Amino acid sequence: MDWHQLWEIVSTPDNIPIVALLFLIPFYTWYGLRQARANDRLLGDLENDPQKAKTHHRKTFPYKPGWPREVHVWPFLMRIEFLAAIIVTALLIVWSITLNAPLEEPANPNLTMNPAKAPWYFLGLQEMLVYFDPWIAGVLFPTLIIIGLMAIPYVDANPLGNGYYTFRQRPVAILAFCFGFLGLWVLLIIIGTFIRGPGWMWFWPGETWDHNRLIFEVNRDLPDIVGITGSAGKIVFGGMVVGFYYLLAGLLVHKVMTINEFTRKIYRRMSLLQYLTIQFFAVTMLGLPVKILLRQLFRIKYVWVTPWFNV
Amino acid sequence: MAEQNNEPPPNKKKGLSAVLDEARALKDRVVGEVQRLKEPGKTQLYRSMFRVKHDEQPRNRALSVLTNVFFHLHPAKINRDAVRYSFTWGMGGITFYLFLVLTLTGVLLMFYYHPTKVQAFRDILYLEHDVPFGKLLRNMHRWAAHLMIITVWLHMFRVFLTGSYKRPREFNWCVGVLLMVLTLLLSFTGYLLPDDQLGFWAVTVGTGMARATPLLGHEGPFGPQLGMTPFNDVRFAMLGGSIVDSNALLRAYIWHCIALPLLAAVFMGVHFWRVRKDGGISGPAPMMLESEVKERKGPTPVILRPSGMREK
Repeated sequence: MDWHQLWEIVSTPDNIPIVALLFLIPFYTWYGLRQARANDRLLGDLENDPQKAKTHHRKTFPYKPGWPREVHVWPFLMRIEFLAAIIVTALLIVWSITLNAPLEEPANPNLTMNPAKAPWYFLGLQEMLVYFDPWIAGVLFPTLIIIGLMAIPYVDANPLGNGYYTFRQRPVAILAFCFGFLGLWVLLIIIGTFIRGPGWMWFWPGETWDHNRLIFEVNRDLPDIVGITGSAGKIVFGGMVVGFYYLLAGLLVHKVMTINEFTRKIYRRMSLLQYLTIQFFAVTMLGLPVKILLRQLFRIKYVWVTPWFNV
Repeated sequence: MAEQNNEPPPNKKKGLSAVLDEARALKDRVVGEVQRLKEPGKTQLYRSMFRVKHDEQPRNRALSVLTNVFFHLHPAKINRDAVRYSFTWGMGGITFYLFLVLTLTGVLLMFYYHPTKVQAFRDILYLEHDVPFGKLLRNMHRWAAHLMIITVWLHMFRVFLTGSYKRPREFNWCVGVLLMVLTLLLSFTGYLLPDDQLGFWAVTVGTGMARATPLLGHEGPFGPQLGMTPFNDVRFAMLGGSIVDSNALLRAYIWHCIALPLLAAVFMGVHFWRVRKDGGISGPAPMMLESEVKERKGPTPVILRPSGMREK
């Protein structure tokens, strides 16, 4: 256990935000889901007791009839904003006094940094480069992430859970988002920060970064493993495998979307276009962990080999 | 002043006493005005700036928000529970505040910075060692930028968890996604500006991916077939050259200091305006029950049906 190495990574000033992320993300996930659970319990009561549902008990925060429904922004909101601004300013000043922004040697194109890491918020993309070619990891996926995020409100046919925390009323949506945000984006950033060392090789936390380490990774293409040699054969085979994956993963996504009576109800509200859009983004998103597993467990480099692009 | 009507009337007096109260208030006001006319030496400074008395009158509380150009982004009144930290996490507001901090520190930094290969790195050294509080300034700009990315993500996470992107706020969610992308781009373009190894290689790696853009990059699928070379593809447009050099520095500087902040400011204006127009923040709203969701009747339409357009 090389504590020094671990400390060096954790205490790099530019990594402080990720160390903060390690605490902030779990905290706020817990904070949100805790309220979701409390609301879900109340929702259960209300579903069983239609009379109660006609009262103020639908509100998620304490309320008694006769209390004003609104408060003045001045001072009740302004004071909170003012306080938040003071706290953030104080935090920033302390942070800026105690930790210096990194400044390396002057830029030198002849001296490669090893590891050459992107800023921490793009490390997820850089980590994807291990598993996919740059046109997928660096261009296609970022584009799909942006479009996919923007598509969310237009494909979510579930009218429930608008304006309050709940899990019970939006299980599929919340699971999917948490999987993408926590399970892929944040996790890949953490891997990129804490695991990847010189040569972008895998160093467990506490392992010494060995700048001379060589790994002979025998990554092979799937068609080669199966024994297909011809170029045309590879194109057809790879296309079939990818198509088969989309079919299989699509079935899985469909299964999740129709897992119980409630999700089936939401499913029936969707238009075909909404359904297909969800399928496309969900299956493509699932492709990332699938490729990660294929690489890490079976040392497979490409699945689909063509003269123009490789997947 | 529609908000005024929501206020429960303060224990309504009837008849004569009410009339008398009103008359007394009117008299006070007249006396005050006359006093002001009689004694012009008494300063008008506060009144000229704020117009509204600072007291606990509901009317004045509302007016102090509505008559202030900076505060009037807010409504006069909001949902009693919308001020709760557990609901909002305060992340959107903090993000905006950090943008202001970054603008202020950024403008100050610009006084000491030349976006040229010769001077950029020396300017940072000068800033760190000679400029009073220069180091603090740079640190603050850097850390605020990193913090802003975290708060943007958490803001998005909260908005998702509370389902706030749902009708009628679909479009504002899209604006928010674009703002997040702009935040990342702002941070990324700023990374190159110190012109040190860290920024240089990060940007080299980052823009290197643009080589592989399908159709538009010289190493991307179908790029070479379309005549893309290192000297005319999308990466060349980003860097103003085929390598990260002085043109890239200048371009990063202009994107970072002018173009992207302007874009972000415009989108922020839309974002905040839409929050108001879509009825304030989404909640905490009364909960809707599963049994209240209507089943769609008839076959599912195949064509695009913008969310919720046909409901109700």
